[in-house]
Amino acid sequence: MLAPLFRRSETVIALILIGVMIVIGLINPAFWSLDNLFSLVRANVIIGIMALSVLMVMISGGIDVSFPAFAAAAMYLTVIAMNSVGYQGVVLPFIGATVIGLLCGLVNAFFIHTFRMIPLIVTLGTASVVRGLLLGLVGTSIINIDRMPKSLIGFGRTTIDIGGSALTAMVFVYLGLAVAVWLFLTRTMAGRGIYAYGGDAESAKRVGFNTRRTVYLVYGLAGALAGFAGLLQAAMIWLANPRGFVGFELDVIAAVVLGGASIFGGRGSVLGTLLGVFMLVLIKNSLIIMRVDNTWQGVVVGAVIVFATALTAWRDRNKLA
Amino acid sequence: MMNQRFDFRRFVDRDNNILQLLLITAVIFALMSFLEPTKFLRYYNFESISFVFPELGILAIAMMLAMLTGGIDLSVIGIANLSGILAGVFFLRFSAEATGMSELLRVGLGVLLALSVGVIAGLINGLLIAKARITPILATLGTGQIFTGLCVVLTGGPAITGFPAYWSAIGNGKILGIAAPLVLFLVVAVVITIVLTRTPFGLKLMLIGTNPRAAVFAGLSKDRMILYSYMTTGALASIAGIMLSGRTNAAKSDYGTSYLLQAVLIAVLGGTNPAGGRGTVAGVSIAVVALMLLASGFQMMRFSNHLIDFIWGGFLLLVIAINSFRNRNR
Repeated sequence: MLAPLFRRSETVIALILIGVMIVIGLINPAFWSLDNLFSLVRANVIIGIMALSVLMVMISGGIDVSFPAFAAAAMYLTVIAMNSVGYQGVVLPFIGATVIGLLCGLVNAFFIHTFRMIPLIVTLGTASVVRGLLLGLVGTSIINIDRMPKSLIGFGRTTIDIGGSALTAMVFVYLGLAVAVWLFLTRTMAGRGIYAYGGDAESAKRVGFNTRRTVYLVYGLAGALAGFAGLLQAAMIWLANPRGFVGFELDVIAAVVLGGASIFGGRGSVLGTLLGVFMLVLIKNSLIIMRVDNTWQGVVVGAVIVFATALTAWRDRNKLA
Repeated sequence: MMNQRFDFRRFVDRDNNILQLLLITAVIFALMSFLEPTKFLRYYNFESISFVFPELGILAIAMMLAMLTGGIDLSVIGIANLSGILAGVFFLRFSAEATGMSELLRVGLGVLLALSVGVIAGLINGLLIAKARITPILATLGTGQIFTGLCVVLTGGPAITGFPAYWSAIGNGKILGIAAPLVLFLVVAVVITIVLTRTPFGLKLMLIGTNPRAAVFAGLSKDRMILYSYMTTGALASIAGIMLSGRTNAAKSDYGTSYLLQAVLIAVLGGTNPAGGRGTVAGVSIAVVALMLLASGFQMMRFSNHLIDFIWGGFLLLVIAINSFRNRNR
């Protein structure tokens, strides 16, 4: 009865995760303190929302390296707009950032669908365009805490108190989005269409899925999530840096691949991605607690990507045999 | 099977891309000369371009090689920096006074070390792609992160300096009045052209990129070819690393990060098909010159570097659109 459970990659990831946590806890028992665990959870939020975005792209068989630029643009433009009109609110800015991200994502979709170009190369280009315009035309100066809109900071610092430690309420935003993406991917025809398109675009077309709509939907939603995550990050760290999010693509793609999604498309789950994100954050943030020098972070993340992809490649080969 | 006689019309026909590229270059040249005649048309400007573009050109050729088999190498910058940094560490550890080695020997060993870093790094990429069957994007994304990470570990953050004079000469010197990097670039371009068009290796590489399945059925050892191609890519990346650290007389973990996009852009603009099977050194070389003229012109017009990034990206998207329309008409 348990066998099907163990055949799922989510179970395997969860078991590895528990194993890693036990090992880290043995090396340094301070790991299990509520403060440390809550700060780990907090570090999941932004990478996690971006991972949901990349997950959808990967299920469709693509890859996206433009979301950090989109997140930075959505975040910076929204904060500047709020400051220039002196607007204090939360809902409208987040809608604004999401729409900016959405529009950027649609540009990706336009190029990928119209010109049938490899998503990696298109998104490299759009990332450079958006980042260049943002820094070249809008500005390069960091908006720090004294100039950040108070409403955003207030929202970002919302916490709930558990056992004397503060857990950021943003984790519920993250989990809410995760549930929404999960419902979308598994319970709607459009969501199933993304899996079908990623599995085999031609078959999906013949079965009757509108592949054009699918591509626009995937990259549009991916951009929207990135834009939302961008502003949320600014609210959580109380500053808006137009050069922010550089290098996020590596962490996020690593997390999604760790979560069992296949770069060839058609495979990947929200639960796996949540676990993959937690694993990545755990490994990155626990180097210090394991008394490993921080300069090794890059090497470790790279090794994790290589190891996880080798593992999924090996898994997929066994499936085919 | 290949007519050795050089026929310009066929050369252009086969690669009408090259003609288009020459046209783009001429247009850019004319435009910049028109907009900034006093600054752009100075000997000094072209001389400084001839020192800077070879690094990027070699990286773009490296990228093209990876694309020929339908892959991509996102770790070239990591390899380039790691080569420069390891050579720098070598020079610091084994100073001329301590070892009694002649300067020339030390630099020779340093070059050898840097090149072997590139070959080994390429071998790792090739093994991951051919044997572990990881997609090139993810494999090189991961190894690139590892190589860059190792750079951070080795340097601890700041740049490594103190390269010997001969090393700097590779990036700054002149041979018969021509920039040394330019000479090096021409040598690399000629060698790779010969390898790609006149040897069995090059032909097999193209076949694998055009139709991997057919290539395997035809008895080609696909795995070995992929291994060799990534090793060559790695070696070229380390040559670029030597030139970069020679020119700036320093090596750092985050040098040249914007080169990655530019190398991809130049390879694609130069007529390389990222899905494999098509690409020429000549195309890539013209593309890199075209884009360098463009960038230098915009710099003279006091465009910020960020806006130049925007132009690079916009150019990439434009090229994608143009190529797509051209292929549709065929």
